[in-house]
Amino acid sequence: MSTSTQTIERLASREYKYGFVTDVEQDAVPRGLSEDIVRLISAKKREPAWLLEWRLKAYRTWLTMTEPSWANVRYGPIDYQRIIYYAAPKQPAALASLDEVDPEIRRTFEKLGIPLEEQKLLSGVAVDAVFDSASVATTFKEKLAELGIIFCSFSEAVQHHPDLVQRYLGTVVPYSDNFFATLNSAVFSDGSFAYIPKGVRCPMELSTYFRINARDTGQFERTLIIAEEGASVSYLEGCTAPMRDENQLHAAVVELIALDRATIKYSTVQNWYPGDKEGKGGVYNFVTKRGKCLGVNSKITWTQVETGSAITWKYPGCVLIGDGSVGEFYSVATTTNRQQADTGTKMIHLGRNTKSTIVSKGISAGYGQNTYRGLVRIAKRARGARNYSQCDSLLIGDRCGAHTFPYLDIKNSTARVEHEASTSKIGEDQIFYCRQRGLSTEDAVNLIVSGFCKEVFRQLPMEFAVEAQKLLSVTLEGSVG
Amino acid sequence: MLEIRKLRAGANGREILRGIDLSVGAGEVHAIMGPNGSGKSTLARVLAGHPEYQVTDGEVRYDGQDLLAMDPESRARAGVFMAFQYPVEIPGVNNTYFLKAALNAIRGARGQSELDAMEFMTLVRDRMAHLGIDETLLNRPVNEGFSGGEKKRNEIFQLAVLEPRLAILDETDSGLDIDALKIVAQGVNAMRQPDRAFLVVTHYQRLLNYVVPDFVHVLADGRIIRSGGKELALELEEKGYGWLETTVGS
Repeated sequence: MSTSTQTIERLASREYKYGFVTDVEQDAVPRGLSEDIVRLISAKKREPAWLLEWRLKAYRTWLTMTEPSWANVRYGPIDYQRIIYYAAPKQPAALASLDEVDPEIRRTFEKLGIPLEEQKLLSGVAVDAVFDSASVATTFKEKLAELGIIFCSFSEAVQHHPDLVQRYLGTVVPYSDNFFATLNSAVFSDGSFAYIPKGVRCPMELSTYFRINARDTGQFERTLIIAEEGASVSYLEGCTAPMRDENQLHAAVVELIALDRATIKYSTVQNWYPGDKEGKGGVYNFVTKRGKCLGVNSKITWTQVETGSAITWKYPGCVLIGDGSVGEFYSVATTTNRQQADTGTKMIHLGRNTKSTIVSKGISAGYGQNTYRGLVRIAKRARGARNYSQCDSLLIGDRCGAHTFPYLDIKNSTARVEHEASTSKIGEDQIFYCRQRGLSTEDAVNLIVSGFCKEVFRQLPMEFAVEAQKLLSVTLEGSVG
Repeated sequence: MLEIRKLRAGANGREILRGIDLSVGAGEVHAIMGPNGSGKSTLARVLAGHPEYQVTDGEVRYDGQDLLAMDPESRARAGVFMAFQYPVEIPGVNNTYFLKAALNAIRGARGQSELDAMEFMTLVRDRMAHLGIDETLLNRPVNEGFSGGEKKRNEIFQLAVLEPRLAILDETDSGLDIDALKIVAQGVNAMRQPDRAFLVVTHYQRLLNYVVPDFVHVLADGRIIRSGGKELALELEEKGYGWLETTVGS
């Protein structure tokens, strides 16, 4: 075996630097799932009756459903009665200010590079920090409120803006949508809520940082973003978890609603604990994300950089209802060691002259398995719909895999649909070329990978594009070395 | 500057170089000629440290250092540059960015400060003007979608920016029309300096009309079978490689 193949092998092994555990007092519900647990969670959150009813409907539906098995991923059975469905750090019910956040939790977020003091934050980014099942802090709230923007935890939204929540909750991802979304609907604990009023361009990035800390806890957050007519917002989520030998379940739901001419940009940098080299532990990331372009000429853009999780199962999609609406999906998914990802998007064209763009970049190293699965559906009445899809896979080493499953369902003859796909290996010749110019193998791989991902990184907000690039190079550290 | 002694090397268990001896002094231009399969490109790649080739015997000293013990990037940082016969495409990576990263890696290894964007662009513009290279080349991804001529010119451009002490040109003339060949040759000539040596690997004498070598070596079957001055190249052009192989064989 040549030296650069060996280096490529080494790149597949890496350290996860967010694996620490924070010691805080927890308020948790007993293990397992039942109607009583659902009621208990709802009671803890002092929810209105309609929401409890909604949860219970979801729970009863979930009991009739079976876990999906069509994804190109393999894992042992999940014991849903072993999971703790709610765990929150004990802290005063309502924080008067950010200073009241438990110092232990504050330190945790600082260690993760997310300081909660507003003056220390990246200017132009408001953060909602979610620790296990509860939101612990939201920054820049007052400043945003001046513009009529609501940015708070989901629980707070239920208390203070129940009409908005009731009007939109489940309108994009219904409680009966799929096994994991339905489970989430029954037990979701917290998440973020954002509402941008008519004609307002949100002046800063909104961001939620999710942290799983407690053992055996599932994280079931729910995010709802509504952009009224002519409004625009850019939103970013990040996530990490401690290193644990047991697998942890993360089943989130995100719903986006864009009205006439509204724009929502939703970016994810996902770095849940991926498990160790042998594939022990790691987060099961089973997530349902969907946006509805309800209004004419509205636009929703999903950008995701998926580097963590033992298993990723997610298909952020757009339902293009308004005429002239636009859906975009830009994705970089990396799998190393024993990670598996089955991810892609769904673009459902219902309105006329709707347009969607899909750019998917899969990187596999080590024994990683990476699957792109995407659906483009063009309904009968969607005259003049257009789609462009591009799926590229990059293989590092020769024990990983890349798979592509594009589904096209075209019911209107005026549709224009293009699909391009490529699979390439990081060539020894590419690495040698870089090394001959003085770059180390590690730098060569980072350079080649960043070039491969360029179209996606370009979509991220500036600060996060840099972060994402760094994260990717840490992720691949040692898979070529 | 470069001392090659009894060098034997091959790939996939097949021996290609069967004992090469060669001395290259600073400021000299040596042409390595030979028929297809004679091992001339292998020699270039072995000197650059290509992982596909294994050295089985002999030694190579570069400025007194054991070149064969160094990894490819260390050789590059010590001033060994190879212009590739088939320059590699790196999709999505901006040509300027690539070259800046390379230059700063080399400078860093030598304890020099990194050039910032301004300083780097000043250097690049200067070299481009020197070589008559089009600026649009800068903002395109490394070699992606380049024509054959553009790729070779880009190699010479990199050579001009990285300023190596030993430049190895691996069949840089192959596939070039006469105009492109002249541009490449001008670039090389502009880079000739008393402290810089060139090893020009070529199949044809054509390039040597423009890059006039101090020495010509003819390789056949993994050995240097004849060395001489620039007139040897002309003689070869006239009589063909068969002439030498038969005279040596007899």
